[in-house]
Formats: sequence, C-alpha cells, structure tokens
Amino acid sequence: MTRDKDNLRTTRRRFLLEATGLGGAAAIGLLAVTTRPAWSTPASMRAAIRQVVGDAVVNKGRVKLDLPPLIENGNAVAVTLSCESPMTAEDYVKAMYVFTEKNPQPNVVSLYLGPRAGRATVATRIRLADSQKVIAIAQMSDGSFWSDEVEVIVTLAACLEGV
Amino acid sequence: MARALINVPPKAKRGDVIEIKTLISHVMETGFRPDNTGKPVPRDIITEFVCKYNGDEIFRAELFPAVAANPFIAFSTVATESGTLSFEWTGDNGFVASESVSITVE
Repeated sequence: MTRDKDNLRTTRRRFLLEATGLGGAAAIGLLAVTTRPAWSTPASMRAAIRQVVGDAVVNKGRVKLDLPPLIENGNAVAVTLSCESPMTAEDYVKAMYVFTEKNPQPNVVSLYLGPRAGRATVATRIRLADSQKVIAIAQMSDGSFWSDEVEVIVTLAACLEGV
Repeated sequence: MARALINVPPKAKRGDVIEIKTLISHVMETGFRPDNTGKPVPRDIITEFVCKYNGDEIFRAELFPAVAANPFIAFSTVATESGTLSFEWTGDNGFVASESVSITVE
C-alpha cells in the first residue's frame, strides 16, 4: 500500500516535472517562432524624445493630450492633441509629437503645423500595445518644448495577434 | 488607388478657422505581426501626409507603425482665399495617393 502510494507520488511528481518541462520547451519554441522584436522601453522613449528636443528643457503644460484612460481595443484609439497658442505669425505651434513607452517603437506620430493652422488641434487614431504611459510634446515657434502625459489601461492590445 | 474621404466645409467666411478631416483606406501593416509561419509580415505603412492650400504647405504629418489602420487625421486651417486644398499621402512600396477639394471663401 505504501509502495503504491509512493509510486503514485513519484508518477505525479514526474508528471508535473515533465509537464513543466514540456511547457517550458513550448514557450521557448514559441519565442523562437514569433521572434518578437525588442519592445520600446522608457529608456528608448526618452532617447526618441531627446532626438526631437535635443538639449532643450521640456516644460509641463500648455499642450493637452486627450485620450480615454481605459481603452477596450488598442487597435484604434482616438487621440486629440491640442495646444494653447494664439497661432499668430509670431507665436505659433511648430510641431506636436506623440510617444509611447511600450509599443514596439516609441514614435507614434509627428505633426508639423504652422501659423496658418488657426487652431493647434489635431485628432488621429493610434495603436497601443499595452497599458502604458503616452507622452505628447509640442514645439513652439520660440523653440520651447511643452509636454503632457497620460497613463492608460489597454484591455485588448494591438500588434500582438497573428494574421 | 486607395479610397480617401475628405471632409471640408464647401463655403467659409474669410478668416474663419475651418476643420479638415481626412481618412484613407490603408492596412498600415506594422511589420511586427507574425504570419502563420511565424515570420513577421513585412511593413507596409503610409509614412507621410501633406496638405497644401493653393500650393502652400499648411500641414504635414509623419506617420509611424503605431498609427491605426485607415489613418484618420483631423486638423484645421484659416480660410484665407477661394481655391483648392490638395492632400497627398506617400508610403512604403511606392504608395502614393492624392486628393483635392475646392473651397469658396467669401
């Protein structure tokens, strides 16, 4: 009886061991098959932002990034960027940028406006791969940079599914 | 040729800020999605969008794979004179699409 129990225990243990081994192998196989590219990290996002702003100081405020805090479907997220500016020939918004922390690439969209825009508001639709921080940066005609950030929760992520 | 939808008010008062909405059909394949053999599907996106008002560039956008399929861009401009607004999208694999609409400014 004890022997039987022992046998049972070993088989169960072996079973579990084998199962985890199999699972691990499958996971490795999956990784090898999907060959997922390196996701952007907060560091690579900072690098991408640095590429745009250079050594300039990025202030908080003036620009507003409007997107829902809870996103059901990351494949198409409506985003509105707006910036406080008189939009005259002397004082206008030159460009607006959107960056993400955890998408495969940190850049999302770069928008170049001019004094003829009349109003510094642009709306578009973007993809979000994960719950993450989204940052908007605006460049004014005087060379100053302003930013806004939004923390979002994404239920269904974009770019993960196969074809 | 990809289908594009443009929404611009046909008439505007001089000096008014008008909203321009654009939508173009395009897959915007990111290049990060695996196909059923596991290889990533090659990237195929629109990389640039330009809007010109009577030949002068008023708005430009640089697009990355993180822009959703069928890119929608809405922006605004000051109605200065009657004429045409032309839109051009360029992208991977020699993708080019253009569209233009006329506007009457009173």
